Amino acid sequence: MHVVVLTKMTPDTEATVTVNASGQVHWGDKLVINPWDEYAITEAVLIKGAHNVQVTVMTVGPEAQSEALKHGLAIGCDQAVRLWDSALEKHDSLAYATVVAAAIRKLGDVDLVLFGKEMADLATDQHIFQTARKLGWNMLGFVAKIEALDFAARTVRVRRLTDRGAEVVASRLPAVISVLKDINEPKYPTFIGIRKAAKAEVPVWGLADLGLSAAEVAPRAQVLGYRELPKREGSAEIIEGATAQEKAEKLVARLLEEKIL
Amino acid sequence: MSVNVFVWIEQRDGQPVSASWEALGVARTLAGEGRVTALIFGAGVDPIVPLAFSYGADAVIRADDPSLAHYRCEPYVALLAQQVQTHQPDVVLAGATVAGRELLASAAADLNAPLLHDVTELTLENGKLRAVRPVLGGKVLSVEAVTGDGPQFVTLRARAFPLPEAQPGRSGEVIAVPPALPPDAIATQIECVESSGGTVSLTDASIIVSGGRGVGGPEGFAPIRELAEVLGAAVGASRAAVDAGWIPYEHQVGQTGKVVSPDLYIAAGISGAIQHQAGMRTAKVIVAINKDPEAPIFKLARYGIVGDLFEILPALTEAFRQRLK
Repeated sequence: MHVVVLTKMTPDTEATVTVNASGQVHWGDKLVINPWDEYAITEAVLIKGAHNVQVTVMTVGPEAQSEALKHGLAIGCDQAVRLWDSALEKHDSLAYATVVAAAIRKLGDVDLVLFGKEMADLATDQHIFQTARKLGWNMLGFVAKIEALDFAARTVRVRRLTDRGAEVVASRLPAVISVLKDINEPKYPTFIGIRKAAKAEVPVWGLADLGLSAAEVAPRAQVLGYRELPKREGSAEIIEGATAQEKAEKLVARLLEEKIL
Repeated sequence: MSVNVFVWIEQRDGQPVSASWEALGVARTLAGEGRVTALIFGAGVDPIVPLAFSYGADAVIRADDPSLAHYRCEPYVALLAQQVQTHQPDVVLAGATVAGRELLASAAADLNAPLLHDVTELTLENGKLRAVRPVLGGKVLSVEAVTGDGPQFVTLRARAFPLPEAQPGRSGEVIAVPPALPPDAIATQIECVESSGGTVSLTDASIIVSGGRGVGGPEGFAPIRELAEVLGAAVGASRAAVDAGWIPYEHQVGQTGKVVSPDLYIAAGISGAIQHQAGMRTAKVIVAINKDPEAPIFKLARYGIVGDLFEILPALTEAFRQRLK
């Protein structure tokens, strides 16, 4: 029995973002682990503690992405795999899903795949749903709690938060789950964990290792470039008044005048 | 140039979601002389059919079955992918809601088709779509284009496109189709739902009133809720308020919460950390209420009131109540 958790490094939220004249973006050199993945990795390690399963932490990306894998190993994942190939340089979500699904099949005995809710930098979760489809597995997204998990009976019950409200859903393994931040308190690496992770060998699987051709991962959509956001003009107009009531009435009048309401 | 466009009309408990009508408006513009088809899946969805025509559909594909009552990935994806394969539309649109994002990404994966998601601008150039969407906490816009072949799947950020004007009396062909999966082939069963109890959903809301660290505790959200009620607004919160346990996570606005684009966002007792800005930067008008005149939120806001939110909010509630009568 085997659980796989996907992760990646993202630019720090606090990073200053600049776009040059030719539409290339620079968003700071400091990378952090995708904040959502801390919950997914922690959940994988908690599952390992409660069930007799092996946990593999996986990423798609160049060498710089290894940091996220080391973080996973330091917290308690058993092994790490990095998926990368020069043909993936401009991959879209479908190519990501194709590669990850192939790697999970190669591992062979996987019952559960965990993701953080989205990639914070690109604000995207499409690769998660597409990975589930490429595997042909059940998708349980936006999970706030895994209420029951039975690897022997191959059943899972989760609490999801959707636009409709909170849903309790029962499904079958194998499944793909994306987790929200209220699923757990993230674990942090221990000193021993970090030392162990530093020594770990991380295999890199390319397209050939996964039995895929470049045509199978050719992007169907691409980023052409980046644009600055239209600037908001200066700072706020401060509504003055002697009393709270006066300030409130002035603000309401302004909002109605400008037809904001 | 004319293109044929499919639009998935999302319903929750039988109520259509306004992002779907926004998508129909975009479809109408993209289609030119082409045909716009609304896809309505659910149980007892007949009342939605005339609405789809009034918002711009030329035809409706309707699947009415108990197994489709509520959105579930497996039966909905199977049916959408089947219909797209049968009719080969050029473009498939939906609102970028929780369900819409999952449904279109999944169907696009089944068909190995191109996908753009959560876009805020969309244009057609030589038959291929080009879109803009905010990335990196809404700090920059990414310009993306379809380069591959096949039906182009796109989800549209809620409230980024205008709601088309309804034209009652429009009508067209209704095609009834059965579900693509038999009930016993669907592994996922919804056991229970705690609906958000009639309160306005954050992503659909045209007005949001949010509280942060400055509200001081769970009871501090009372004046926020009162103002929200008068305005028909949704209640939001900053990460600080959620992490302190004052309000459930589903209210969180920000990078690790929801991304919202209301017409009016009232931030009370929220300093405006980058983390929070990522979720509300695209609001049309931001009003900041804060004790600290140096709070970063005032840099983003159109209007600001420096003062104690426990005095300002009740005064605002009263002032709106008088004026909106």
